[in-house]
Amino acid sequence: MSAVTGSASAQATLQGAMEGDRLRLTAAGAWTADYARTLEPQIDAQSQPPRRKTVTRVEIETSRIGQLDTFGAWLIERLMRAWQARGVTVEVTGLPENYRGLVAEMNQVKLETDDDVGRPRPLRDAFAAIGRAVYEISHYATGFLQMLGAVLVAMGRVIVRPQTFRLTSMVHHLENVGWRAVPIVLLITFLVGCIVAQQGIFQFRKFGAAVFVIDMVGVLVLRELGVLIVCIMVAGRSGSAYTAELGSMKMREEIDALRTMGFDPIEVLILPRILALIIAVPILTFLGSMAALYGGGLVAWLYGGIAPEVFLSRLKESISLDHFKVGMIKAPFMALVIGIVACVQGMETKGSAESLGQQTTASVVESIFLVIVLDGFFAIFFASIGM
Amino acid sequence: MAQGEREETAIRPAHPETVIRVRDLVVGFGRKLIINHLDLDVYRGQILGFVGASGAGKSVTMRTVIGLLPKRSGTIEVFGVNLDTATPEQRQAVERRWGVLFQNGALFSSLTVRQNIQFPMREYLRISERLLDELAAAKLEMVGLRPDVGDKYPSELSGGMTKRVALARALALDPEIVFLDEPTSGLDPIGAGDFDELIATLQRTLGLTVFMVTHDLDSLHTVCDRIAVIGDGKILVDGPMETMLASDHPWVKEYFSGKRSRAHAARRRSA
Repeated sequence: MSAVTGSASAQATLQGAMEGDRLRLTAAGAWTADYARTLEPQIDAQSQPPRRKTVTRVEIETSRIGQLDTFGAWLIERLMRAWQARGVTVEVTGLPENYRGLVAEMNQVKLETDDDVGRPRPLRDAFAAIGRAVYEISHYATGFLQMLGAVLVAMGRVIVRPQTFRLTSMVHHLENVGWRAVPIVLLITFLVGCIVAQQGIFQFRKFGAAVFVIDMVGVLVLRELGVLIVCIMVAGRSGSAYTAELGSMKMREEIDALRTMGFDPIEVLILPRILALIIAVPILTFLGSMAALYGGGLVAWLYGGIAPEVFLSRLKESISLDHFKVGMIKAPFMALVIGIVACVQGMETKGSAESLGQQTTASVVESIFLVIVLDGFFAIFFASIGM
Repeated sequence: MAQGEREETAIRPAHPETVIRVRDLVVGFGRKLIINHLDLDVYRGQILGFVGASGAGKSVTMRTVIGLLPKRSGTIEVFGVNLDTATPEQRQAVERRWGVLFQNGALFSSLTVRQNIQFPMREYLRISERLLDELAAAKLEMVGLRPDVGDKYPSELSGGMTKRVALARALALDPEIVFLDEPTSGLDPIGAGDFDELIATLQRTLGLTVFMVTHDLDSLHTVCDRIAVIGDGKILVDGPMETMLASDHPWVKEYFSGKRSRAHAARRRSA
């Protein structure tokens, strides 16, 4: 009789001893979750015949097991399966009555699944990822156009039947995205105006042309900076809120509920939000531009020594109404893009919390990206019509 | 953990061990008292059905016992450990020995079913990936689901499957007590019956103590060893089904002997 012992643990052990061609395994101690870690290697060690021995029968003696839970019962089952796979007869003896059900239960466990989803295949996965990304771009572009179309149709319906328009809802959103955004937009644009003026004065001084900073600040703020900064703020502040609101409504089937009651979610939820943005963004752009010019003027006076009277008269000469119009014309289109992107992303939300986070991130990133691309197209357009 | 605790469960000694002892519990929100000097004992190996009118404080009691809601006064002892005076380590040790099934499953939506079940195991036990996968399959089997379900996300599950997965997660660490918050709500009668059966089977095989908040008369009839009725912030009646039927408290009478339960009893007789 030769002893084949696994690593001994004080609390849970499995010891093996050969009796002829019969392997007798003695399990003892608490076979529970806490000792699963020390038991597992012992089980694996006892799952193969000792060196230069043949085993035809295995007996697992379990009467010394003090405690057994699913972890321990599974490990007994794993041991049995390992020996059965070698064609060895396994017998469990001395199992206390109250644990029999548990061990029998583990006998039913099926490990293999029908498909091979989990198995990684690097090359296939890489191609699949590219394919999925390409599909997603086209899927997203269609989604954007569909939403644009649906919003325009809803707008048309509202113009025909103005009583169906959700004015209260729009005013509510207008307060959130417009009125409540005023302080932060004023602060940010004011600071940007200050910084641009300071940098301009600092650089232009080298050529002795500090006064041209007024032209630069005026043109830059009115044509580009005002509207861009406001749009980036609005995309981060209100676009993300729209996506999260619509996304969580989608998750909780509120949108489905609206549909079944005969309401069009586009008309009830999306149109008021987008119209609120289209109204709010030009107003914010105007306020932001003014704040930036004020900041520029202040810095020009305090840092550049250009008196406010000089600043104002120079500003009047250097900028025309066209510059102002360019900025203001762009604003509602930018608002439309931000609103549509936010709503598309919100409606795309799937059931999980993670999905909501992804859609909100995508909403902000994509609306800022599209705003800048659109700004580029506007620049070409205005240049070609000479504005 | 003393050895042989589980054996006691199966033998059901004459004087059962109290695993949850609630004394003089007071819970309130603002000026309103929900639980007013409530006493409750839960014995090892029992399935306790906890019933009461909507808003009577069933879930509040359960959530207070598991420490999710603060209490005004009173003591709660679980496994003889007073949860107020316990050190964080003691508290964690107690928490490891209970599992909670929330009403809507509360599965982590960004993890697959398998990862949901493995989550507590991964946190508390340092066991190999292989054993984790095998045990997830074993837990799924125990709650009557196929191993393929493991790859799904919670949003892809039906209501009954969600409950089963949530139960599997509650059982992940082989707890001694499971708290079930309306386990059969939202299930069809057959599904609810299966779920009751499942709870009874698991209780037998694992020797669980079950604290079940429920409205389901079927569950109360078929699986509960003992029923506690809560009303006016106190336990009104406490005992097996016969005690409920014999009680002359108006609400208890209405609940167990009213029209719905009479129809229910008739159905049971004819079945």
